[in-house]
Amino acid sequence: MTSTPPLTRKRPRAGTDEQARIPQRDANKRGYWLYLIPGALLVGLVIFYPIVRNVRLSFFHWRGGRAEEHFAGLENWIALFSDTEFLQSFKNIVLVIIAMVIVPTLLGLVIAALLFDVVGRRFGAKLSSFLRATYYLPQILPIAVAGVMFSWILKPNSDGVLNQFLSAITGSTVEVNWLGGQYSTAMASVMVLMIWIQIGYPVVIFMAALQRVDPQLYEAAELDGANWFQRFRAITLPMIRPEVFVVALTTTIAALKVFAPVFILTQGGPSKSTYVPSFYAYQEFIKGTDKGYAATIASAITILVVIVAIIFIRVQTRAERKDA
Amino acid sequence: MTATVQAPAPASSPEGRRNKTRPRTAAEWVLLILAILGALAVVFPMLLLLLNAFKSPQDYANSGPLELPQALSFEGIRTFWETQNFPRALWNSIFISTMVAIIAVVVSVLNSFAIGIGRVRGRTWIVLVFLMANLVPQEMLFDPLFKLYDDLGLLSNPWSVILTFVVIQSAFGTYLLSSLLGTFPKEILEAAAVDGATRWRTLRSVIVPVVRPTLSVLMVFFFIWTWNEFLLPLAFLNTSDSLTVPLLLEQLNGERQTDTTTLIAGTLISIIPTIIFFLIFQRTLTRGITAGAVK
Repeated sequence: MTSTPPLTRKRPRAGTDEQARIPQRDANKRGYWLYLIPGALLVGLVIFYPIVRNVRLSFFHWRGGRAEEHFAGLENWIALFSDTEFLQSFKNIVLVIIAMVIVPTLLGLVIAALLFDVVGRRFGAKLSSFLRATYYLPQILPIAVAGVMFSWILKPNSDGVLNQFLSAITGSTVEVNWLGGQYSTAMASVMVLMIWIQIGYPVVIFMAALQRVDPQLYEAAELDGANWFQRFRAITLPMIRPEVFVVALTTTIAALKVFAPVFILTQGGPSKSTYVPSFYAYQEFIKGTDKGYAATIASAITILVVIVAIIFIRVQTRAERKDA
Repeated sequence: MTATVQAPAPASSPEGRRNKTRPRTAAEWVLLILAILGALAVVFPMLLLLLNAFKSPQDYANSGPLELPQALSFEGIRTFWETQNFPRALWNSIFISTMVAIIAVVVSVLNSFAIGIGRVRGRTWIVLVFLMANLVPQEMLFDPLFKLYDDLGLLSNPWSVILTFVVIQSAFGTYLLSSLLGTFPKEILEAAAVDGATRWRTLRSVIVPVVRPTLSVLMVFFFIWTWNEFLLPLAFLNTSDSLTVPLLLEQLNGERQTDTTTLIAGTLISIIPTIIFFLIFQRTLTRGITAGAVK
């Protein structure tokens, strides 16, 4: 099958000139749909079948297995808004966003500027890319493995590294139950793990962005007597704003979906205080008595993620249009 | 999109060289030390692992975590190796991640060929539909897929995880490659058409060789992302034969009778494949993540 006989190419086609440049006619173009078939079948089966099933299920009560489904109308959705565990899990999401988005982005800005401006330019590019790789390392560790490592460090009895460390400093035996004792230390531990994992991502993105900035701008500012911080605020920040935005939004979406750190470190405890929505939905699917309600929680998170993603795409296209 | 073929760092620019002739100030040394301290803080937990993995249980109980082992003991490592089937988990992880990396790249290429080159109608929407795979939280998928794979007899079978993550990873691949192929030089396509190449032939012998560098970056990322996955493998892989490396370690962590030195040794051993992978692909990884971030 030859896709483009020369005859058809000579015939001018109606449409934008962008289309006219493509050496295919409409009838021929249809063949491209064939290439979408495997991808479409897969995404339909693995992604859209579960979405449809769970959204439908959110309007039913269902114990799972062979039990019958009972139509529930909006009951599940209404129950969601007075469910203290669900509301608590959303309060925790705010803290997760601080740990996965805000702190890494701010620290990432400082570290990237430090590595690029000071280490890279004054001490050599080799050293700065070595340090960049070191900051990035936790990003590629399996979260589960990182979680097990942290739970070893935070062990409750005198076995735990942190407790031993504090015992050595204070001289008396410290046995703080970091993960299981109380909400504040448990949540703080989860947050520290998240910061540790996330920090490398903004560092690498921002350092790549900094390479775009014209060094002459800095030189001019330096000649005008601007100090490092003034240069950072007046030149660096505005120049890499698109990257800051991308990092903030992609990590926000990741924060809304966060699961493994909570699962490994605290299992949602003590007394369900460190629940996050994903973990809550997972628990309800596995141990709950109403899969319809579990599906409602999962659907609610999905809707929220999609809304954030749409805002992201909107703002990005608007920014691109402004640039053009 | 630019960063996959990144230019070298600007240290070689004449401006950089001029800067280097100026002596380094005390403040710059302080900042360098701060940057190094920060990096040390990041690797500190891993150094702790290394320090404690070679202690005997008695040694571990009697000494602080920051002290050097009194004698090199391989007891923890031996216990871990003997009680856990780590080679099996390692093989499962390698098999699953490799299969996902290859198949997901193939699916991404097929999708983006239709979207980026074929410019099929409604392509913006089609990309969004595929991107849903990347956005959907995994707890939304796990119950229906569990049932589906149960019906198909795929539970505790690596293909359940492979199938799922082919779809999830190829969402990102489709997104990235579609915009890349959207700017593919028309002259090359026209030349191929004039030479009488079929569409399939054009894809295989013209387009794929040109975008091969991007495809290998995608493969590296699909591999490591799949390797690190937790929730869905946890749900689908339940027999001890089918566990991946993260699952094996998590299970060991959950067992109450696990000795601490065994756990430390296990954690260290579980990190080693990642470190090796990191050392091989360090440049690809740290440069590749900027791909698709900002056009």
